[in-house]
Parts: sequence; structure tokens; C-alpha cells
Amino acid sequence: MKLQRKNRRALALGALAVSGALALTACGSDDTGGKNNAGGGSTTASNSSVKCDDAKGQLLADGSSAQKNAIDAWVKEFSQACGVQINYKGGGSGAGITAFTQGQVAFAGSDSPLKPEEVTASQKICTDGGQGIDLPMVGGPIAVGYNLPGVDDLVLDAPTLAKIFDSKIKNWDDAAIKKLNPDAKLPNLKIQAFHRSDESGTTDNFTKYLKAAAPQNWKYEGGKAWQAKGGQAAPQSSGLAQQVKQTEGAIGYFELSYAKDMSTVAIDTGASAPVKATVENASKAIADAKIVGTGKDLSLELNYKTKAEGAYPMVLVTYEIVCDKGNKSDTLPATKAFLNYIAGEDGQKLLAQNDYAPIPDEIISKVRTTIEGLS
Amino acid sequence: MDISTHKTHTGAPAPTPRPAASQRKHAARGATRLGDRVFLGLTRGSGILLLAIMVAIAGFLAYRASLAISKDHGNFLTTFEWNTGQQPPVFGIAVLAFGTVVSSIVAMVIAVPVAVAIALFLTHYAPRRLSGPISYVIDLLAAVPSIVYGLWGALILVPHMNGLFGWLNDYFGWTGVLSWEGGPPRSMLTVGILLAVMILPIITNVSREVFRQVPRMHEEAALALGATRWEVIRMSVLPFGRSGVISASMLGLGRALGETMAVATVLSPNFLIKASLLDPGGGTFAQNIASKFSEASEFGRDALIASGLVLFVITLLVNGAARMIIARRKEYSGANA
Repeated sequence: MKLQRKNRRALALGALAVSGALALTACGSDDTGGKNNAGGGSTTASNSSVKCDDAKGQLLADGSSAQKNAIDAWVKEFSQACGVQINYKGGGSGAGITAFTQGQVAFAGSDSPLKPEEVTASQKICTDGGQGIDLPMVGGPIAVGYNLPGVDDLVLDAPTLAKIFDSKIKNWDDAAIKKLNPDAKLPNLKIQAFHRSDESGTTDNFTKYLKAAAPQNWKYEGGKAWQAKGGQAAPQSSGLAQQVKQTEGAIGYFELSYAKDMSTVAIDTGASAPVKATVENASKAIADAKIVGTGKDLSLELNYKTKAEGAYPMVLVTYEIVCDKGNKSDTLPATKAFLNYIAGEDGQKLLAQNDYAPIPDEIISKVRTTIEGLS
Repeated sequence: MDISTHKTHTGAPAPTPRPAASQRKHAARGATRLGDRVFLGLTRGSGILLLAIMVAIAGFLAYRASLAISKDHGNFLTTFEWNTGQQPPVFGIAVLAFGTVVSSIVAMVIAVPVAVAIALFLTHYAPRRLSGPISYVIDLLAAVPSIVYGLWGALILVPHMNGLFGWLNDYFGWTGVLSWEGGPPRSMLTVGILLAVMILPIITNVSREVFRQVPRMHEEAALALGATRWEVIRMSVLPFGRSGVISASMLGLGRALGETMAVATVLSPNFLIKASLLDPGGGTFAQNIASKFSEASEFGRDALIASGLVLFVITLLVNGAARMIIARRKEYSGANA
């Protein structure tokens, strides 16, 4: 009996030691090397062009995952040159805007411009009567990838795409597809149309395109959530690309960088030749966009019906969101310096290397002017 | 060297193993020693803390849910849509509730018989040398994180389900429940199978412990009456273990209802209810929250929280039902025999 009691005490001590050790290891594994960002070799952009001004300290940012890779590439260059740590979380556009309107981040990234009520909410954060504004910074083509052995250069137009993704066209040897691809050997195979199961700016822009370019065949309202009823779904662009790759007869939409090792659809826009999803072709389509933001806001309205030669109409533009006036004084210099860099020539050049499309000159020059005026 | 020797040598009166009635009364009325008081406080505090946390969760869910539901332009319970971003917002939980219940039922139908069989094998058939390692492997199954199950399901299980789905469709397609249109088998049945693997360890472990506690006398009595091994199990082990197996199943069901990442990676969700378990589609509460949360607006999050509240209520109901079943069966079980 006594022995037992002693044992129990030893056991308790042991348990204490074990849990202590666990707590220690938990702490140990938790340290995230912030310095890693600064390391890593620079690629092409010359660091001398990065103007640091009096940027210092640390920047927090959150938002669109669609531009995360672009931001990461920029942050690597910028923090190397200026020693400023920038932590962009990529938690999604919604999360980014929420964090911005709660004053937790210096800037937010978003796939869509601020809504009126979000602008109102931002006025609480931006002092001096300022408000949140949208700065178009990163463009990107949305590629339509497919898995159809033996068919390499598939051409589709907006109505056919809309019908495929709305489960109206169910087989690859459908007459509408044959008409657009007279030379292709289309198999008698069921079409597996894949869409995003999570809410996404990519879905938003893809369906906006379908709605604008094929209003007869796409009756859904649009938005970040997929609204058509049929088809298959998978989470995230990477998940979607994975499914398309492993499913014969599949077709799906994602950012160009995910379409690396598969065939993509060329779009028959009405121009003389079908347009491939490339970075240059996307920039041409963005050049056709109108600035619809008022004041310092530079939100764009894309022309999805563009028939310009070589313009790929299915594009996505992501914005950086900051206050036009009344940014926090401790983060303003670093924010300005960073935005200056990414909107600058070198920053925009870096985009194409990461499968994003640079913003055309006419628009980006206005963005630069606006950044200069931030206070 | 030892505490006991120390005590006897100092001549202090050793504490009597059974305190007198008056002493016991005293101890119950109020803690006198510091250790008692601290311990009483700790236990009582933990109990109160648990209740406070539950109330806080329920309150938070109900408040945020009410914000969303009051602006819902569809019927929250019957709408087959989830569009919180559009104006006016339309969303409903019908598909999610259906999918959550169906996938859990499929998982239970597969997992419970297997788990009970494993538990019986371990306690009554397996040689001791074998039962140890098998129990260990089952415990390992429980330790695998659900995202790993999800990855395994999406990358290994899904591509290998085609054969089974084709066979089911050929022979049972006429039922409608097991018909298949072709296409990737990322459906409720696959999810159910994956969930079954995930809840297997918990049901097995609890059942095994229950079967182990069957009084030896019962089994020996049955054997003495000339019962075979199967008859012993049927007459003495299973009746004794029934309530235990039910509560084990409910524990498993709780996990299946709330499983998130594994479902989100395997299922191809949409907002339709299909009779077939083999065709992709449907969704579950947890999966829907996980996939929609990151891009959702403030209002969209409230709507997702509202669906979380429904899951919370369903889980409470399931647990309540389990407790009722156990309470009702208790008097018939071997525990009181």
C-alpha cells in the first residue's frame, strides 16, 4: 500500500516531466525564422532600383491568395534591399479586407475592389477624412486546363464554355465543340467540369467573364461562390489542377501557374485567331479595361468582350488596398516604399517571371502617381 | 528510507484506514486542511469552467447566427443554395444537414460491425501474443491526424474506388441509392468509407474494454451449460456489452459528424441532394465551413457560424439520444445481473 503511494508520486513527477518536455518542444518548434525572408539569392531585378527612403520596421498585410506568389517574390527582393520585414498572410481577400477595416494590417490584397459598405468601414481606420482605395497591381490570366489524351489544341468560345460548365454540353464529341475544332479527334467521353468548392476570386472573375461574354448561356448572378448546379468540385487552385490532371475528360479553370504541365484551351474571342492563355495576351486584355474608381480609387472594369487581336479576355486583376489619407504614421514610409517598388518597372517585370501579367503602362502610371500622394 | 517507517518511528498515530462516522461527516461538511480546500476549489472550478465554456460557445453561435439568419432571403432550413455574397443573400442548410447525416450513417454502418468484431476477436479469440500488437496498431490509427486521412483518401482511396463503384452500379444500380454515372468517385460513399476508418479505433477500443469486463462467472456458467464459444458470446458477452457498444458508437458518431478536413479533401461538394451515394455532390456542415470561411465576408462568416450552430444542436441531440438509450438499457444489461 505504501509502495503504491510512493509509485504514484513518482508517476506524478514523471507526468510532470513529460508534460514539461512537451511544452518545451512545442515552444522550440514554434520559432518561425523571420530572417529567412531576407535571405535567398536575388534573381534578376537589380536591388539598386529599390528606393527604401526611410522605410523601416515591420509590415503586416493580409489578403488574396491569388497574388500571394507575386507578393512573396517582391517581398524577397524588397526586404533584402531595405531590411524591412513584410508579412503577407494570404488568408483570402475577405480576411484581408476584414483585417484592413479593423486596422490590423498596413495594406490588404483583394481580388475585387472594395464594396461601398467596406469603404465606409475603412473611414474609421483612415484618419484625416481618408478612406480605403483600390490600386490595381497584379494581373493574371485564368487558364482553362483540360485532360483529353490526343487533343492538344482545343479551341472553345464563351458560349461553349458556359454550356460545358453549366452541364448543358455533357460529352466531348458534342457538335458545338466539333464545330470549333474541325481537325481534332474528339473522343466519345463524358465531360467532367471541375469548379472550386471554396469561395474564390478566380471563380468570381471566371463567371464574370462567362456572364459578360455569353449572357444567353450563363444566367447565374456570379460571385465568389460557384452557383451552377452540376459538375465536380475541389478546394483551392492546386486541388482543382490536381483533379484535372488525374481525371480523363476533365476540364477546370485556375491561375496560369497551375496549368504548367497540362493543355490549356485557346479562346475564340472573335479575333482573327484563337487566343492562348499567356501572360502577354492577358496584359493586352487588361489594357482594354476602363478605370471606374472615383477620386484616388483606381478600380478597373475589365472588357470581357474584347475582340482585340491576341487579347486573352479571361483575366483577373488583384488590388492592393490602402488608405488614401491617414495611414498609420509608423507604417506609412515602409508601405509607400514597398508599393512604389512593386508598381515600379522592376517590380512589374518580376510579375511575368511568376506567371502573372504586368499592369499596362497607362494604368500603372496612374497607380504610381497615387502612391506618391499617399499620406 | 520509507515514509511508513518514518511515521512509525516518530510514534505519530497512523491514520486509520476507515475513519469513524463523525470524522467522515466532518470531512464532508467542509475541507479543513489546505490541500483539501485547494483540491475542492480546483475540481469545482473545473466543473464550472466547463459549463461556462459551453454556455459561451452556445451564446456566441446563437448571437452571430441570429445576425445572419435575420437577413436570409431563403428559408434557412430548406433552401438548396449557399450564396451569402449576393444581394439579397440566399442560403440554407438542407443539403448540409442531409449530407452530414448520410455520410455519418454510412460510416457507422461500416465501422460498428467491424469494430465490434475486432473487439470480440481481441478479447475472446486472439492469442495473447497477437492481441497486444493488434491493439497497438488500432491505437496508432487513432493518432493519425485527419488531414493525413484526407490526403490518403484523395490520392489513394479515390482512384481505387472505381472498381467497387462499377460493381455496385452493375448489381445494385437498380436501387437508385447505388447507381453511378461515372466520373471521379469523390462521393458520399467514399467519404463514408474514409470516416469509417477514422472512427474505427475509438469504437474498437471502448468496446474492447467493455467486453473485457464481462464477469468471468457468466462466461463460465454458459460454458458449463454446454454453450459453444459463439453461444457464450451471444448469451453473455453481447448483452453485457450492449450499452457500452452503443456509447462507443456514439463517440464515433460524434467524430464522424464533425469531421472536417478529411471530408473537404475527398468530397466533390455541390448544393444538390442526390439519392445516389455514388455520384459526387452534397456536402457536410464542417466541410462547408472549412472551404468557405477564408474568402467569406463578415456576413458570410455569420452565415457559416449559423450552420455551425445547427451542427452543434445535432451533436447535442445525438449525445442526448445515446444517453437515453444507455439509461434505458442499463437495468437489463449484465452490469446489474
